Amino acid sequence: MTPVLAAKGLVKRYGRVTAMDGADFDLRPGEVLAVVGDNGAGKSTLIKTLSGAVIPDEGEIHVNGERVHFHGPLDARRHGIETVYQDLALAQAQDIATNMFLGREKRRPGVLGAVFRLLDSKGMRAEARSVLDDLGINIKSMTQPVETLSGGQRQAVAVARAAAFGTRVVIMDEPTAALGVAESAKVLELIGRIRDRGLPVVLISHNMPHVFEIADRVHVHRLGRRVAVVSPGTHSMNEVVGLLTGALRMGEDGTIEEVGVTTGLNR
Amino acid sequence: MSTIHERGFKERSEFILRTPAIGPAIALAVAVVVFSVTTDTFLNVDNLSLVVQQSLVIGTLALGQTLVILTGGIDLANAAIAVFATLLMARLTLESGMPGIVALLLGIVVAAAIGAVTGGIVTGFRLPPFIVTLGMLTIVTAVSRIYASGQSFPVTDDTLGFLGQKQYLFGQIEVTFGMVLMLVMYLGVWYALTRTAWGKHVYAVGNDPEAARLSGIHVRRSLLGVYLVAGVIYGIAAWQALGRVPNADPNAFQLGNLDSITAVVIGGTSLFGGRGSVIGTLIGALIVAVLRSGLTQAGIDNLYQDVATGVLVIAAVAVDRFSRGRQR
Repeated sequence: MTPVLAAKGLVKRYGRVTAMDGADFDLRPGEVLAVVGDNGAGKSTLIKTLSGAVIPDEGEIHVNGERVHFHGPLDARRHGIETVYQDLALAQAQDIATNMFLGREKRRPGVLGAVFRLLDSKGMRAEARSVLDDLGINIKSMTQPVETLSGGQRQAVAVARAAAFGTRVVIMDEPTAALGVAESAKVLELIGRIRDRGLPVVLISHNMPHVFEIADRVHVHRLGRRVAVVSPGTHSMNEVVGLLTGALRMGEDGTIEEVGVTTGLNR
Repeated sequence: MSTIHERGFKERSEFILRTPAIGPAIALAVAVVVFSVTTDTFLNVDNLSLVVQQSLVIGTLALGQTLVILTGGIDLANAAIAVFATLLMARLTLESGMPGIVALLLGIVVAAAIGAVTGGIVTGFRLPPFIVTLGMLTIVTAVSRIYASGQSFPVTDDTLGFLGQKQYLFGQIEVTFGMVLMLVMYLGVWYALTRTAWGKHVYAVGNDPEAARLSGIHVRRSLLGVYLVAGVIYGIAAWQALGRVPNADPNAFQLGNLDSITAVVIGGTSLFGGRGSVIGTLIGALIVAVLRSGLTQAGIDNLYQDVATGVLVIAAVAVDRFSRGRQR
């Protein structure tokens, strides 16, 4: 099965700091893949590379088996990869419909659009509404500024934007980090609905219960590279935590073993 | 059925509440009423027409200023650029015998070029617009003085003076072509800002440049466009200035930059970028002109008028800050 999105041997250095050190990645069709790792493990750099916001020093990215080069977020978008950033990348003072279509506005047909560049505001509002309705997001007015929404509603708008335009992959960076229990549950539900439409989702999260609730597979990132891929069905939360802290290690054959007491000398 | 209707109504009423120009419009109405009641000379057709004519140059400068401020920047050089353009236009027609229309277009092109250079420096070196335009202010002012070498240049050409020509509506309302042009320009920029993707991007860049970038907006191109368009507007402000006073003077409009910022801020546009409207700025420019005229008619000294304007600016920024604080 060809991965929808894959990466091999990604390296990214910032001066002396190596944020990615030969990182691999693969996402299968129709799955929710969680990416977990400790703070500073390089998850963000990996995700930004896959969404085109960071250009790697070395390594390859493949979309549906074909090698691609991303020079910016737009390139990734053109390949159908949409990202929901942790700070959501929404223009707070602008309304929902505007945010939904920001950077890819629709113009009126004919002379009005071609010569006078007139936007099809009504059409965009209607489309924004139908996307939100499809995903079961209950927001009354499309002309409401984003800053008047609750945290969960903002998240929902950002997710809906990604789901509406993503044709291959939706990447979400910590979508539940800033949310309360009820709102988190709604976002997880939303992720499930996107998967049910056949769109694979990459979910970056710190929250193990959330990861185990929704993910089909778990990519464990440590010290700038992938150290294991496990399935929530066969592995426990403790094992995943052990892998990402380095207390456990996954062998070549997929078995998990304890790492001896590290003294710091035998590194 | 009824829910659809209610939703439409709700969206409409929210729209009115959120329209930033409502506050300034009320302030303008109050000022007009107060001066009409307290003075005998304020409320008559001639005086009101004069008030509008007095707002033309600052009003046009403020239009370009609004664009820059919406992106989160500020332009301290706008009046200096316009003054330099007036000198170019006037001197070229006077001394080189250049046709007025050619000198006019040349002046506008030069103003646009200075705007483009400003935008290029701001985006290319990622420098704060405040500093870049402060430098531009100093340079352009010096160049103007060098170019004028202590002289001012009378405008004799009809094209350059065209905007000051008066027509009488209904036989008594004095209207200049400058008024019509300013209105048309405001409508044009309003359309571009609210009805086109270009405008949506200007707001988004001012709101949050990083979010704009991640949404796929070419932030630099957007900024460069704003400074270029602002430059063109400053060039047209020069034409307005020559229409008002047919004399190009290197020492004119020395506080024009601050006056234009005043009009923008009073008009409800946020100095933090991303919020505001040109309609507000138009009203802001009118408020400043009404205040000046009204206080003069009430026999209040010029210096106290400055105090009143200053108080208004600080109040406007405070209101902006307060409303933002509530939303966050």
